[in-house]
Amino acid sequence: MNTFEFLLQGLLIAAQPMNLLYALIGVTLGTAVGVLPGIGPALTVALLLPVTYQLDPAGSLIMFAGIYYGGMYGGSTTSILLNTPGESASIVTALEGNKMARAGRGGPALATAAIGSFVAGLIATLGLAFIAPYIVKMALIFGPREYFALMVLAFVTVSSAFGDSTLRGLTSLFVGLALAMIGIDQLSGQARLSFGIPDLLDGIEVTTLAVAMFAIGESLYIAAQGDRGPDKIEAVRGSVWMSATDWARSWKPWLRGTAIGFPIGAMPAGGAEIGTFLSYAAEKRLTKHPEEFGNGAIEGVAGPEAANNASAAGTLVPLLTLGLPTTATAAIMLAGFQQYGLQPGPLLFATNPQLVWGLIASLLIANLMLLVLNLPLIGLWVKLLSIPKPWLYAGIMLFATLGTIGANPSVFELGMLLAFGLLGYAMRVFGYPIAPVVVGLILGPLAEQQLRRALSISQGDLTTLVASPVALVLLLIAAAALIVPLILRARGRGQVLSQLAASED
Amino acid sequence: MKQFFLASILAGAIALPAFAADYKIIAPANPGGGWDQTARTLQTVMQSEGISGNVQVVNVPGAGGTIGLAQFASQDKGNPNALIVGGYVMVGAILTNKSPVTLKDVTPIARLTGEYEAIVVPASSPFQTFGDLVEALKKDPGAVSWAGGSAGGTDHITVGLIAKEAGVDPKKINYIAYSGGGEALAAILGAQVSAGISGYGEFESQVKAGTLRLLAVSSEERIEGVDAPTIKESGLDVVVENWRMVAAAPGLTDEQKAAVSADVEKLVKSAAWQEQLKTKGWQDTYLSGAAFDEQLAKDVSATEGILKEIGLVE
Repeated sequence: MNTFEFLLQGLLIAAQPMNLLYALIGVTLGTAVGVLPGIGPALTVALLLPVTYQLDPAGSLIMFAGIYYGGMYGGSTTSILLNTPGESASIVTALEGNKMARAGRGGPALATAAIGSFVAGLIATLGLAFIAPYIVKMALIFGPREYFALMVLAFVTVSSAFGDSTLRGLTSLFVGLALAMIGIDQLSGQARLSFGIPDLLDGIEVTTLAVAMFAIGESLYIAAQGDRGPDKIEAVRGSVWMSATDWARSWKPWLRGTAIGFPIGAMPAGGAEIGTFLSYAAEKRLTKHPEEFGNGAIEGVAGPEAANNASAAGTLVPLLTLGLPTTATAAIMLAGFQQYGLQPGPLLFATNPQLVWGLIASLLIANLMLLVLNLPLIGLWVKLLSIPKPWLYAGIMLFATLGTIGANPSVFELGMLLAFGLLGYAMRVFGYPIAPVVVGLILGPLAEQQLRRALSISQGDLTTLVASPVALVLLLIAAAALIVPLILRARGRGQVLSQLAASED
Repeated sequence: MKQFFLASILAGAIALPAFAADYKIIAPANPGGGWDQTARTLQTVMQSEGISGNVQVVNVPGAGGTIGLAQFASQDKGNPNALIVGGYVMVGAILTNKSPVTLKDVTPIARLTGEYEAIVVPASSPFQTFGDLVEALKKDPGAVSWAGGSAGGTDHITVGLIAKEAGVDPKKINYIAYSGGGEALAAILGAQVSAGISGYGEFESQVKAGTLRLLAVSSEERIEGVDAPTIKESGLDVVVENWRMVAAAPGLTDEQKAAVSADVEKLVKSAAWQEQLKTKGWQDTYLSGAAFDEQLAKDVSATEGILKEIGLVE
């Protein structure tokens, strides 16, 4: 049988009424937990695992897949409406999405996120079906030095993409990098900057920091302004749906986001966040409306949302072909496979084709279900914003706190949430961008570990960093991204200076 | 107002355990890992065997399980219905993290499962046998890079022991720590490193598919159904088992401890548990009472010794 016949057969399995029901339960649950900050898809799947022992393998895996896709999508709703990222992969969505929502364009923002997720999920799932073996070969080329080069590229593109002032952006980034140093160093096992506090040994949780900086900091900022707050939230202005311009401005970012998110998701150390950062940076650079970035540009929602859903499908590539779980959710799905005596890996496609293709087909169906489930809800969601401000922000605080306790029942974690909330408030007051702090916390440890692994493998030889063609190309792109704007700016300033000089005559 | 808010949250957090049903099991790790799976398997079997009507699993992740252990020792003191899952990795983590709470501060009940370490190389590797690898290690310890799990964990300790037995300074080993077996597997498959080490289960499907070559396993005797010599056969006296255990809270009376031990014994003897072991590929290494206490003390001192020699513990 060829790939098409397998997929068709898979679709027949997934389209059985009971399996459709499992998919529906999965996406509904997944969307719900994605909306709650802190409670991620991993915990939900873990809680459901014992329940699904009673189901047949196909049914339970279909449900897990639904939860996974639903969770990736659900995070965007709170990011856009409440500026409270439910998952670390939707942090970037909050940047432009929340600005859009405040300007009464929450409807189009949610719609472009939903449709973008669908398009990306569709393309990436088809990619999973047809080119998984090739993608995996490519991902395995990535060793420590290639990852390090990728991180350098992410740092360069992302830090220049945030905020108007490079200095302020870099300051925020370094705050994040400093926070990233806290905890046990992975390569030596030694604790750094933990001051003997056991709770700090594992470092700072990304979602705690993100929720604190975005949600708590924002609430404090609004509360501090009292009634004088200038930016009145407009629930709906214009249509709730996307206009023709919105469509025209969204479709390219969807495709680019997919192209960035899928391969990075498939890399064992890639993760969903890096794809969203790179997608945001790419959209900011390519947009025809640069003035809108930072004030609610639809491209800045469409691209990263597509990227995070594409990376969710990408994650399944190493899981199914190598038996290699690259996220917590994937690790639990692996446990789910083992529950039925199935060992994902190079032989799974050969030994259990029905199951694998049933899973891939049900991903396609889950994806469609998400769209059907969420588009009609957009009108309802945006009404959230018409709640009076004191209630809305009290609700956000409650939500953020509950989510944090839900993920980690510890008083210390709550203390950190408050402390970082105050930091976020102070940074807002003094005009420092928030996102680079979170970016620093995510990218910092990855870059450091990969650099040290690369140097450890080469026994301290620095030339190893440029000895691989992939790493070299990535580093050259990063260098170009850093230097070209500097040259352009220098020339621009030169023109301004010469004009000034000329006008003095 | 804020104080009230905080206070009510705190009160809620403290009141939560009061609703806990028969048994509460702390999995001191994130969902998905070995301890989490052990805790959830215990949960399933305890409920299906009627040992406990309602079992709750709580994840308290962090720092090789020492965060969960510290929380367990202080918050559940004297609670006869609270259990924590742990294992060999925790022994190392307590030492490297200088954890103020150790396994002496809880009541170890029994060792439940275990898994042997496997040493693999990519199919394209020049090393055909474990002997080849050891020869290379002796010639230039730095040139042999090992990918495995977290620093100071079972994988790292095993490499240290191999080096020591081979007459190589364990401080000189070039061990590349990854956050888990999965990420390390990618580095091994991509031939980024010379060799890989992890629990056999992590490598099984790759070995069967021929993409990895299994050089040796760390068991006492050859494992049935696994086509590889032991490390011992090559003349190095290294036997390592990554075991998992269950412990009860500190401050229990002898009767309470006996009751928990009886429950665990009933669980281990049940057909449902044996069935679970088979599907998960875990070895049954049940050991309880004084024999377990003795073995635990031996493991702790051996681990401390090798971690000092590797240079991870002062």
